Amino acid sequence: MARPDTARLQATARACRVQIIRMLAHAGSGHPGGSLSVIDILTTLFFNRLRFDPKRPDWPARDRVVLSKGHCVPALYSVMARAGFFPESQLVTLRKLGSPLQGHPDRTALPGIEAATGSLGQGLSISVGMALGLRLADSSARVYCIIGDGESQEGQVWEAAMAGPKLGQPAHPLDNLCLILDYNKIQLDGFVKKIMDLEPVVAKWKDFGWPVLEIDGHNVEQIDKALDQAEATKGRPTFIVAHTVKGKGVSFMENDPEWHGRAPKPAEAIRAIREILGVSDAAWGDYVKTDRATAAIVAELERLEKT
Amino acid sequence: MPPKASRAAFGEALLELAATDDRIVTVDADLSKSTMTIGFAKAHPDRAFNVGIAEANMVGIGAGLALTGKVPFVCSFACFIVGRFETIRMSVAYTDANVKLVGTHAGIAIGEDGYSQMGLEDIACIRALPNIPIIQPGDETETKQAVAYAVGHQGPLYLRLTRQALEPVSPPGYRFQLGKSVVLRAGTDVTILASGGTVSNALDGATRLAAEGVHAEVINAACIKPLDEELILRSAGKTGHVVTVEDHSVAGGLGGAVAELLSEVLPTPLRRLGVSTFGESGDPRGLYAKHGLDPAGIADSVLKFLNR
Repeated sequence: MARPDTARLQATARACRVQIIRMLAHAGSGHPGGSLSVIDILTTLFFNRLRFDPKRPDWPARDRVVLSKGHCVPALYSVMARAGFFPESQLVTLRKLGSPLQGHPDRTALPGIEAATGSLGQGLSISVGMALGLRLADSSARVYCIIGDGESQEGQVWEAAMAGPKLGQPAHPLDNLCLILDYNKIQLDGFVKKIMDLEPVVAKWKDFGWPVLEIDGHNVEQIDKALDQAEATKGRPTFIVAHTVKGKGVSFMENDPEWHGRAPKPAEAIRAIREILGVSDAAWGDYVKTDRATAAIVAELERLEKT
Repeated sequence: MPPKASRAAFGEALLELAATDDRIVTVDADLSKSTMTIGFAKAHPDRAFNVGIAEANMVGIGAGLALTGKVPFVCSFACFIVGRFETIRMSVAYTDANVKLVGTHAGIAIGEDGYSQMGLEDIACIRALPNIPIIQPGDETETKQAVAYAVGHQGPLYLRLTRQALEPVSPPGYRFQLGKSVVLRAGTDVTILASGGTVSNALDGATRLAAEGVHAEVINAACIKPLDEELILRSAGKTGHVVTVEDHSVAGGLGGAVAELLSEVLPTPLRRLGVSTFGESGDPRGLYAKHGLDPAGIADSVLKFLNR
């Protein structure tokens, strides 16, 4: 792979963060914390890695992303819209009656979603099965599965962890599978460490037979390099521990369990968008005059405030 | 045809169909010798996957295989596979993955192993999911046709199979169709709907009833979902009395499905025969007698029901 255009990916991730905040504010519910922690990973995957065709979401040779931590689907919707699976204007229908943008991923409702997830712990098993099916078909397509740290408390994850490096051996090893842990250290009820600590997480996965890479999950260059290494690793699937910050990019959301599953109110959303774009409070009025797309999103949120 | 367990007929059918259809794969959880996929696994070791004793993972891997175009038969005892209901609900049903769920060792007829290995609630659970047909074949012929149907059916499906041998009950020239049931014995006084392991007992019960002057119509309800509503309503309208006989909990199984149908469309006096307690160890015949699912028990219940 060519070196990533870091600035472009960072700009895309910022735009997606804005959309995450926007759609959650319009929905009035949802999960900003984990959506913001996983977005740099999803951005790097969709815009510097995956082979896909939004016009043919069922193209057999496509790479697959299974977002096992399904509650963070606003992040996936934001990259899918940007990639052309559906118009960005549809993002504000998130969680609304009749929308294909269900509160958690629904494969049958939205082309491009690979599996229904949201009941935690199931995505890795599905991904192992997909990787195996692709290997049996001699396909070069790859499977990327993203799990959460709280999710890793589910027993099924460890059933699949045991199977990943062994299934299909020796003829069809699942080296087409890459598992990424969005390690944001927080779950619904509080800090993972306090509720049911995962540590030592690297040692656990190594003992289960997975090559493990550890990266900063907000650094697109590190993400991309790790994906390169995963692709170059033969004979076994790879596990990437992506250290992330829950709520990344919004000061009042970062590292606060309260923002696991509460949507920002319109005024909070506007402040969050300003922070994501790196604009000071004082400069905000002038900035909005120069950025018409953001101005439209802000105006929409101001109208929402009044209703 | 000698009696044959539907799990054995399934294993044979799978092997036969797999010879010409390389989409077929199996996923087992250390019970392939019991679910009878072992023959397939020996013939096609590259298409048979044993994930160890990890049923949730088995179901999820099946879903993933289906999503890449394979036709996976995901097999375990009925209680263990449906015990992973939440994985079936999300990874198979809601995902609409083309997975063929196979639950063997249905009911108390497994005998000596006792309740922990008996599938007694599986139909009730799967019935609650909107997109999974439930097929419980009554003999070897029907099983083999149902397996062939399952391969061609687009979408998830649940096949419920027995450990014990089943007497042949299918009429000559029988063709399995989803949502269709078949009248095995015509009658006018009472409709007996049976499925799987209880079909031949229902027929034998009807023979006993005939000796008492009661003419029972016996229907093989292999399709528990969708029910053959038309046939059941027609028969119920004719006889005015319906009895369901199943090796499953009386709650939520065939009896439950028929009760729902009749009470909404054609209220008809109904008796549901089945299992209303936990199972226990014992010989299969003794267990059927204890729960009133043997020919004598069925005939007895029908006579009481009809006040004869």
